[in-house]
Amino acid sequence: MGGLGHYLERDGLATASISLIRLHTEKIRPPRALWVPFELGRPLGVPHDAAFQSRVLQATLDLFAEPEGPVLVDYPEDAPGSNAGDMEGLACPIRFDTPAATDETLKMALLREIQELRPWYDLTHERRGRTTVGVTGLDIEEVARTLTSWLTLSPPSDVVNGQVPAAMLKLAVEDLKAFYFEAAAGQPQGDEIGSKQLADWFWEETSAAKLFLALRERLIPNDDPALRLFGHNSVVPRVEWARFGIDDRWWHKPSI
Amino acid sequence: MVRLTDFDDISQDYYTSMEMPHFASTPWVTPKPIAEARVAIISTAGLQRRGDRPFSVNSADYRLLPSDTPAADLEISHISTNFDRSGFQQDHNVALPIDRLNEFAAEGIIGSVASIHYSFMGATHPDKLERAASQLAGLLKQDQVDAVLLVPI
Repeated sequence: MGGLGHYLERDGLATASISLIRLHTEKIRPPRALWVPFELGRPLGVPHDAAFQSRVLQATLDLFAEPEGPVLVDYPEDAPGSNAGDMEGLACPIRFDTPAATDETLKMALLREIQELRPWYDLTHERRGRTTVGVTGLDIEEVARTLTSWLTLSPPSDVVNGQVPAAMLKLAVEDLKAFYFEAAAGQPQGDEIGSKQLADWFWEETSAAKLFLALRERLIPNDDPALRLFGHNSVVPRVEWARFGIDDRWWHKPSI
Repeated sequence: MVRLTDFDDISQDYYTSMEMPHFASTPWVTPKPIAEARVAIISTAGLQRRGDRPFSVNSADYRLLPSDTPAADLEISHISTNFDRSGFQQDHNVALPIDRLNEFAAEGIIGSVASIHYSFMGATHPDKLERAASQLAGLLKQDQVDAVLLVPI
């Protein structure tokens, strides 16, 4: 983000950045930056809180009145509800604790969960009037089949919707996760469920998480360096590693 | 939160180890008063209109987000899995504050809103974005933009 500030300002446009990683902004020294103490993914702080978002936006615009720079200002207000403790008592109520057939495969379990979640996903879609699922251009069952086929001896090899298999794999991971997260929000507590609670539910209880962990294990030894890196970096988020005992600091390994 | 110290040891190590571009100096443009300025948003969230080309690893180009793009047409194809997406799923303004910016224009806090906003995909190293950023500067000037808000994810 800070790099763009340098380039655009050099070309004659005044810029002001929001900064989420203060250390990086200190190093890059863009012309104007407002560091905000918010969760990655939420640079304006709080969804559906127009007043909060407006305060962050105003503080960013205020930087244009600074007489000289570079200037890095700390935003003073934390986002309400950003601490897991604030959400105590709120848990995602969709549970997959019905005993499944003992011979159910991961693919079968995944497709069953999708079927069970579908009404909740549809409800969220209707309530919000939008969905972020669909970047693959595939139906969600097809997304699931695409992902599970990476665990077989015949992983996808065709270009689908203009995407080579590795690119489609990346998009499919996020499409599937978005489907689960949006389905969880269809429950009565809806958007009151915090990001931490959603992540706990997804990573602890779902077959999609089991699939992602299996994908990670399958991709890391791959001959293709792009798929190897994808396995290390892009299937299981770093913040979830600890719950699975993963400490894979691939960024210190020159061979990757 | 989140401060760097709020991350676990692994993530702290990751963000501390990331190589940052070095700039010997910082350019500075004095803008017109913000109440008279035309303002654009540039996001690095990997946002696109529904049906547009998804971003991929090392994408160094950008996508156009006309300011009248309905929220229902906004998609995200950032390659990183290491940030929360549930906030954007609930409310696009938490990452792309188009509605807030339009309100600011209506209230006279800013002069006007650009006709087009833009998104890059921020996992690409900043050095690789320089060429597209220069091209974008020309487009923003054609749109009479005076001030740019840079919003990460």
